[in-house]
Amino acid sequence: MTTAFLGMPLPTAPRGVGMLRGDEPFPQAARRALGDAQLRRNLGKATGTIRARRAAVVGELGDDWERLREAGAAIKDDVLANLDRYLLQLEEQVSARSGTVHWARDANEANRIVLDLVRATGATEVVKVKSMATQEIGLNEALAEAGIAAWETDLAELIVQLGHDRPSHILVPAIHRNRAEIREIFLREMGAPGNGGGVPAPPDLSDDPRELAMAARRHLRDRFLRARVAISGANFAVAETGTLAVVESEGNGRMCLTLPDTLITVMGLEKIVPTWRDLEVFLQLLPRSSTGERMNPYTSLWTGVTDGDGPREFHLVLLDNGRTATLADPAGRAALRCIRCSACLNVCPVYERAGGHAYGSVYPGPIGAVLSPQLTGVADNPTLPYASTLCGACLEVCPVAIDIPSMLVHLRTKVVDAGRRGARPPKPEAMVMAAAGWAMAKPGRWRRALRAARLGRLLGRRRGVIRHAPPPLAAWTSARDLPLPPTEPFRDRWSRTRGHQQGSGS
Amino acid sequence: MRVGLFVTCLVDGMFPNVGEATVALLERLGHEVDVPLAQTCCGQMHINTGYAREALPLLRRHVAAFAGYDAVVAPSASCVGSVRHQYVGVAQGAGDAALAQAAAELAGRTYELSEFLVDVCELTDVGASFPHRVTYHPTCHSLRMLRLGDAPLRLLRAVRGIDLVELEPAAAASCCGFGGTFALKNADTSTAMLADKMRDVLATRAEVVTSADSSCLMHIGGGLSRLRTGVRAVHLAEILAGTASDPAGEPVAGAAAGSVSGGPR
Ligand code: SF4
Repeated sequence: MTTAFLGMPLPTAPRGVGMLRGDEPFPQAARRALGDAQLRRNLGKATGTIRARRAAVVGELGDDWERLREAGAAIKDDVLANLDRYLLQLEEQVSARSGTVHWARDANEANRIVLDLVRATGATEVVKVKSMATQEIGLNEALAEAGIAAWETDLAELIVQLGHDRPSHILVPAIHRNRAEIREIFLREMGAPGNGGGVPAPPDLSDDPRELAMAARRHLRDRFLRARVAISGANFAVAETGTLAVVESEGNGRMCLTLPDTLITVMGLEKIVPTWRDLEVFLQLLPRSSTGERMNPYTSLWTGVTDGDGPREFHLVLLDNGRTATLADPAGRAALRCIRCSACLNVCPVYERAGGHAYGSVYPGPIGAVLSPQLTGVADNPTLPYASTLCGACLEVCPVAIDIPSMLVHLRTKVVDAGRRGARPPKPEAMVMAAAGWAMAKPGRWRRALRAARLGRLLGRRRGVIRHAPPPLAAWTSARDLPLPPTEPFRDRWSRTRGHQQGSGS
Repeated sequence: MRVGLFVTCLVDGMFPNVGEATVALLERLGHEVDVPLAQTCCGQMHINTGYAREALPLLRRHVAAFAGYDAVVAPSASCVGSVRHQYVGVAQGAGDAALAQAAAELAGRTYELSEFLVDVCELTDVGASFPHRVTYHPTCHSLRMLRLGDAPLRLLRAVRGIDLVELEPAAAASCCGFGGTFALKNADTSTAMLADKMRDVLATRAEVVTSADSSCLMHIGGGLSRLRTGVRAVHLAEILAGTASDPAGEPVAGAAAGSVSGGPR
């Protein structure tokens, strides 16, 4: 837990609600995913395609891209440094245009606020625009418990919902599914009794992408026309004008944002940009980074309510859920710059193999590995900061230049420090690290340790390499040979052959 | 130039030939090479695993050991990356401003080997000879942390007799899966990444895979050895140190492939 400015621990995202914590540690969850050949194929193919698309549209901007990134990072840093002021400004502007602003400390508060708002309209179902924040807090589940059905309208989100599945990617939640699997889900689930009288898929549905899209369209159209309440997230909120923005590819979001009488938007409180002009930067950074397009097909902007045009009631729920705690850590707060483009997922070699579900959170991949542990506190997600080789591919593509590798190292230190405070006996790892540190602290000890390592040669007497090492190196030799330690470490050779030159320190 | 060899703990303990090759190469190029034996480990493993507190004495030792050299050269991109990009932060985190300042000063004169040769000495032809088919794996820290660009490739292209086959760009840029303690903590994911890297290396039909880091080579070479592919992992320094009269990186007689030419020569 982070120590706040006044020495009080700031609240992190509560347990038992929402989706920020997995059921098992990352290495175990990843192991299962790695055994799924179909999943790896689907992911490898999808991330490879989108990586190439992004590289092409970013490359065509030349040096301008770097400047855009710098601008994006600078704007977000200003927002984070002055968040208190911008939030109040946003509230004032939204209220002045007949919107209502609600403040939610955490997932439970946000869910309660939304539930009360929906209940007040008398509606028993809502349509949803794809939103990370509402998944983070488990809003659909909270509504379902109260007997209110929430229908996802984003195509990929619909696939996940119909498949009783969990999202595995920020932008393409069903990236782990291929066309054949999607066809099956549509045929089986669209008209199923539990699916609220949904329009079924045509029985002769093929796995042609266009046919699949048309089936989804027919299924959704009925939902749009019936809906009285829509729930959305937001990509940006302009403090200066009180304008909200949703960026999408399909137009389904726009249907939700314009047709129903009541619109409820749940937004993480870091989504602010100060001025209308700042959108110029982000509307370039986001589509190029996320879908690999120069411009996204639909950008919906709305400011409060307008008579005779769109929803008659607008509610904005500002969600904390561990964000203030994240903000309090100078070495971790840059994670709040994230605009959820998913570029870091698409280039991440670990994500590409392990898949999104292994991260146990709505935020998978590199950003998930730094954001989830901060929102929940590292104690609740201690394996995520280690789910990376620190290869740096994420930093290279991030449109707001979040130094994810350094942040991972910082969070690892927090995990270790939290472990030190525990009363339990230290973990074997801590003992190995302490022992290594001790041996390396003095050249004499280090020399003796290296000489002792020669004993390791016994393990590979016959083959000339070590095939089976004892723990903790057993994990190494499970898949790789280990060379024999040399008969003479470098420093001994050097002292023996060049000892006359110098030999400081031992 | 008076060069201090930052040998790295892994080369010291496991791959002394890489250290010797680095010395031989630098001396052949006319540098006075010194190995301060006060050095042990730069602390990168501790830092990257979350043990900054245990790393701190190692940082102090490293900074002191290399005071006074014109240049500090290491046959490792990731260890240089740690000195250059992590030391100041760890020192500041510990509230040691003097150490942070000394670390920043050291970072300015610490170089990875190929960077030293190409950027500082302005050399690409170091007079090496290595008549083998070789592919080069750019380690993540050479590529993205130190931004060595094509410096290692330029050095390799100038090697006599070499048959250099580059990896496809996408294959070259992707991580081999080593990641320090990641290889142990997330052994399954690490191995899955290694499998793809080995596939790409094998596709080049090279006999030797080389790179700027012994650590990644130990991982890739260890996998290639386990599968008995016959492809050897040889550090860049060993290739560059080899001359027609004194060939380097030759396999130890009778040793299994991929032993990264550890062991006596
Ligand atoms: S961390 Fe950067 S690259 Fe990853 S989703 Fe966020 S903005 Fe995109």
